[in-house]
Amino acid sequence: MTDMSYAPTRTQSPTTKLVLRFILYILLGVFALFYLMPLFVMITTSLKSLDEIRTGDLVSLPREVTFDAWRTAWSGACTGIQCEGMRPYFLNSLLIAIPAVLISTIIGALNGYVVAQWKFKGANIFFALLLFGCFIPFQVVLLPMAIVLGKLGISGTIPGLIFVHVIYGLGFTTLFFRNYYVSIPSELTKAAKVDGAGFFRIFWSIFLPLSLPIIVVSVIWQFTQIWNDFLFGVSFSQAGTQPVTVALNNIVNSTTGVKEYNVDMAAAIIAALPTLLVYVVAGKYFIRGLTAGSVKG
Amino acid sequence: MSPILEVKNLYKNYGSTEVLKDINVSIEKGDFLVLVGPSGCGKSTLLNCIAGLEPITGGDMFIDGQNMTNVSPKDRDIAMVFQSYALYPTMTVAKNITFGMKVRGIDQATQDAKLKYVSTQLQIEPLLHRKPGQLSGGQRQRVAMGRALVRDPKLFLFDEPLSNLDAKLRVEMRTEIKALHQRLGASMVYVTHDQIEAMTLATKIVVMKGGIIQQIGTPAEIYNRPANLFVADFMGSPAMNLIPAKTKVNGKGMQIEIARKDADPIVLTDKRNTDLPENVIIGVRPEDIVDAALARTDDTQQADCLIDIVEPAGADTFAVMQLGGKHVTARLHAETTAAAGTAQRLAFDLGKVSYFEPETGLRLN
Ligand SMILES: Nc1ncnc2c1ncn2[C@@H]1O[C@H](COP(=O)(O)OP(=O)(O)OP(=O)(O)O)[C@@H](O)[C@H]1O
Ligand SMILES: [Mg+2]
Repeated sequence: MTDMSYAPTRTQSPTTKLVLRFILYILLGVFALFYLMPLFVMITTSLKSLDEIRTGDLVSLPREVTFDAWRTAWSGACTGIQCEGMRPYFLNSLLIAIPAVLISTIIGALNGYVVAQWKFKGANIFFALLLFGCFIPFQVVLLPMAIVLGKLGISGTIPGLIFVHVIYGLGFTTLFFRNYYVSIPSELTKAAKVDGAGFFRIFWSIFLPLSLPIIVVSVIWQFTQIWNDFLFGVSFSQAGTQPVTVALNNIVNSTTGVKEYNVDMAAAIIAALPTLLVYVVAGKYFIRGLTAGSVKG
Repeated sequence: MSPILEVKNLYKNYGSTEVLKDINVSIEKGDFLVLVGPSGCGKSTLLNCIAGLEPITGGDMFIDGQNMTNVSPKDRDIAMVFQSYALYPTMTVAKNITFGMKVRGIDQATQDAKLKYVSTQLQIEPLLHRKPGQLSGGQRQRVAMGRALVRDPKLFLFDEPLSNLDAKLRVEMRTEIKALHQRLGASMVYVTHDQIEAMTLATKIVVMKGGIIQQIGTPAEIYNRPANLFVADFMGSPAMNLIPAKTKVNGKGMQIEIARKDADPIVLTDKRNTDLPENVIIGVRPEDIVDAALARTDDTQQADCLIDIVEPAGADTFAVMQLGGKHVTARLHAETTAAAGTAQRLAFDLGKVSYFEPETGLRLN
């Protein structure tokens, strides 16, 4: 009987618990609303006509839903003298981001594989330098990079931008893959060596099939970085090769006369859509990949 | 004929730490060499050096007469089973086993035939389509063996392949490996720190400590004539009794005097070993101390001993007493009358006794 009374003294009664829970949810709801507010304003504004924006309330729902602003943003808005909307720049961004993501991921995977599993003399210094590269601010590399691009004859071109993004992303992708691959027992590599496999064979047959989670991490990270990049985009592009972020800036800043908020909002959403999409589709792999433990043999 | 494996003056350093020092071993075709030693003594390192997976600091390595010192692992014609099995996690059991053949470009028909043969031998046919993650420890172990056995190499290297198994499975697998060795007549180097495994499997044992070879010999040599105190203590279970003693020359031979706490010293006379220093450590296996009533050989000499502990172990009963300041174990019959706290007449068999120099630990006889 005495044992029965032996319970932690600070247990809360069910009602207290319920009240606390309730407060917690209210708070979470408020924060969620707070963060969703801008998105809400953007979407509603983009669906309103200019008249309604001028006369109406910022946070009210559109009285009359119209997709005119979206159409203009996509194919008619002016970025300086051209008025082709976001479309060509969206395409540019895809042409830059997709190859840059793929190349930096592949090279990062190979780098990580070498640093983690084929320890060579100076491997640690090599890795430390790569890591250091992650933390060099963009601004510092602008000038040297411009010179390099000029020397290579690819300044102002899409391949030039791909090159820049690959170089800048390598530090991160190498870090991701290296940290993932060090958790794979080195005896796996040894066994494959005894089995007669060489460097690429081991990578291809043993490491790559294990790498899906970290590939997803690398792809999401790189895609977001490259797609959202503005500084490199504005520095190393010329008319015709500008990415979507630069175009957005131009649309928003170059309207003469009336400011078309609805078009600006639609253009902003268009520019942000792919990264949002990537998170929605692959977000859960992202978390899983970042926390993935060692591989069981 | 040249030995299948010859290691000459091998040194291995990791940075400034010497892990292997002046290793010299050679084995003939069909030999089963077992490397034993306490954890961290460099067994795995030596195996990795033989496989070419770790660069060596000095010395030479010959496999079947060819200098392999600077040859890459894939060209050494070896197969290896790793301490952690190291199965490829994304491949099925079948793919794990055939990976080596596939890499070497062996045709599909041969691959299939070998896979079938090996999986039958190791009784893993039902598992061929599973991934390693879906196997038990013992099954993984057999797959790892299978991966080595399809290869038919000049030399097999095993790194503690049984260390992760439970006691029963370990004994079964031990028998299986022994049978396999006899059937294939293959040459093997096998690492373990389990000295029973070493005794049962080996045709030749290398005892290592701190990266230095302590003794090389057949299991019988290692067991009966350990080269030093370390080997004497390490090999055998229960361990050899190592008792400090004083010697004196008398007419019939060497008189060995073992001090006791509450009684007169035990005095034994050794007629064979007559050239011993005054202070020695005498090494007697537990099975050489038996009930006086059951003693057979002429070499035995008897003494009454106060038994401290009696440990029945099924077939035998172990009796522990205090001699020369040490716990001494005697291996008595299961039906012995010995009881804790009473004196028992025991017979000491000096036929297989070892003597060691107390300072250096080296064998004297
Ligand atoms: N990569 C390394 N760098 C530095 N020292 C190492 C390295 N690998 C092993 N060692 C050291 O070398 C020594 C021998 O290690 P090894 O793995 O060969 O021991 P072992 O005899 O196989 O032990 P166990 O029975 O525990 O497997 C150990 O002292 C270990 O700390
Ligand atoms: Mg080991």
